Amino acid sequence: MITILSDHWQELLTGLGWTLLSSVLALIFSLIIGSLFAIMEVTESKVARTIARIYIEIFRNIPLLVITSFFYLVIPMYVVKVNGFTAGTIGLTIYTSAFIAETVRSGIQSVDPGQMEGARANGLTFWQAMSNVILPQAFRLVIPPLGNQFVNLVKNSSVLAFVAGFDLMYQANNIASITFDTINSYMVVGVLYLIITMPISYYMRYLEKRLA
Amino acid sequence: MKKQFRLATLLVALGALMLTLSGCGKSLSQQNVLQNDRKANTITWGVKADTKLFGLMDVRDNQIKGFDVDMAKHITRHILGKKGKAKFIQVTSQSRIPLLKNGNIDAIIATMTITPQREKVVGFSNSYFDAGQSLLVPNGSKIKNVNDLNKPGTTVLGVVGANSVQNIKKFAPKARVLELQDYAQALTSLKAGQGVALTTDNGILYGMAVQNPGFKVVGGTFTREPYGVAVNKGQKPFTNEVNKAIKEMEADGEYNQLIKKWFGNVPGFNYKELER
Repeated sequence: MITILSDHWQELLTGLGWTLLSSVLALIFSLIIGSLFAIMEVTESKVARTIARIYIEIFRNIPLLVITSFFYLVIPMYVVKVNGFTAGTIGLTIYTSAFIAETVRSGIQSVDPGQMEGARANGLTFWQAMSNVILPQAFRLVIPPLGNQFVNLVKNSSVLAFVAGFDLMYQANNIASITFDTINSYMVVGVLYLIITMPISYYMRYLEKRLA
Repeated sequence: MKKQFRLATLLVALGALMLTLSGCGKSLSQQNVLQNDRKANTITWGVKADTKLFGLMDVRDNQIKGFDVDMAKHITRHILGKKGKAKFIQVTSQSRIPLLKNGNIDAIIATMTITPQREKVVGFSNSYFDAGQSLLVPNGSKIKNVNDLNKPGTTVLGVVGANSVQNIKKFAPKARVLELQDYAQALTSLKAGQGVALTTDNGILYGMAVQNPGFKVVGGTFTREPYGVAVNKGQKPFTNEVNKAIKEMEADGEYNQLIKKWFGNVPGFNYKELER
């Protein structure tokens, strides 16, 4: 393990960087997109509800690898050139946003309906009530499952290896194939993934204790 | 205090797990393969299943077919006699050495070039096929040979674990190399325009060009890639038997028949050059 670390630290560091960048981008965008679809699911508009339902059901039920390959192999043929990193990150964002939408929706729906009625009765518009009254309570409720999604997102970012996205898993494959030391190569990246995901787990637990 | 203690236990447990795991996988690959195979009357070969002409899965009857597969069948017959069985396990450039080392397969016959680095980890037979690295590009591409790739901003596609990727880094150091998981994916990526050329051994590329009109092999070969049968270190008796079998096949014309069968109809490829 130590020889792999000392001989290939540059590749591993690059991999760590790309994995982190992809995870952070996907996290931010999937949180935004997911929340938007969650809100769409609880609005009174039937059209918005249907669109959200279709989006969530499609992307929640297709394997991440299929979504990513679609962006890597099909889109460049007909639409626009997409490199591996972008394709992987887009796939990751879309896939995770479907799960986040479901998580946030369950949070919104578990806030007492009286809260919304009260806010509206006091003259707030739907969006004002949503952003000032409902969402803050909803997010507090869904911190644990949201934390799960974030950890899953980091681990799922290994899909980048499949489309040559230079992430940790990609580097691991290359290092393993150069050194022929498969066990230790994957062990090292396993530990590196732990270094990213453990703090997320602990931070989410801390938030949960403080807020919920 | 209690929490720190729990964390420490967790780390110790993890460390112990890693130590045990890295100690595994020795016993099976160190048994005498030749003896075991004679007893079972079966040799387990690792072959490619995504490489036209060498080893390609035929979806109609679920059999892997190709030059490597036929070579393996013939070598098995020479070692074990007429009733010997050859069992085939699908491998990729990336998985073949790990699968050999953990004893899942007895030998690799999967378009594997004999290289000094690989000789440090596995044992090779004598070469059974002479390939050379080349380039596959779409028809109408401006790329004529490997020198055209040596420009910043060009992207070349290869496959993880193939030594063609190390070679292209030497011949065209300015190009960016993307390593895909297998040849099928590398070819799809070339079609999708993720790179300007796909590089690997000429035999494999000709197979792709046969299957995919619109693509051609250019630039001749710029390396020598002798393919060998790989076995675990310390399996000298098995290697000797394989070498003997290859020699017998060359002597009685079996080898040339196989070459003609697989490479006789490849356009732009003179199979006579390969005959021995």
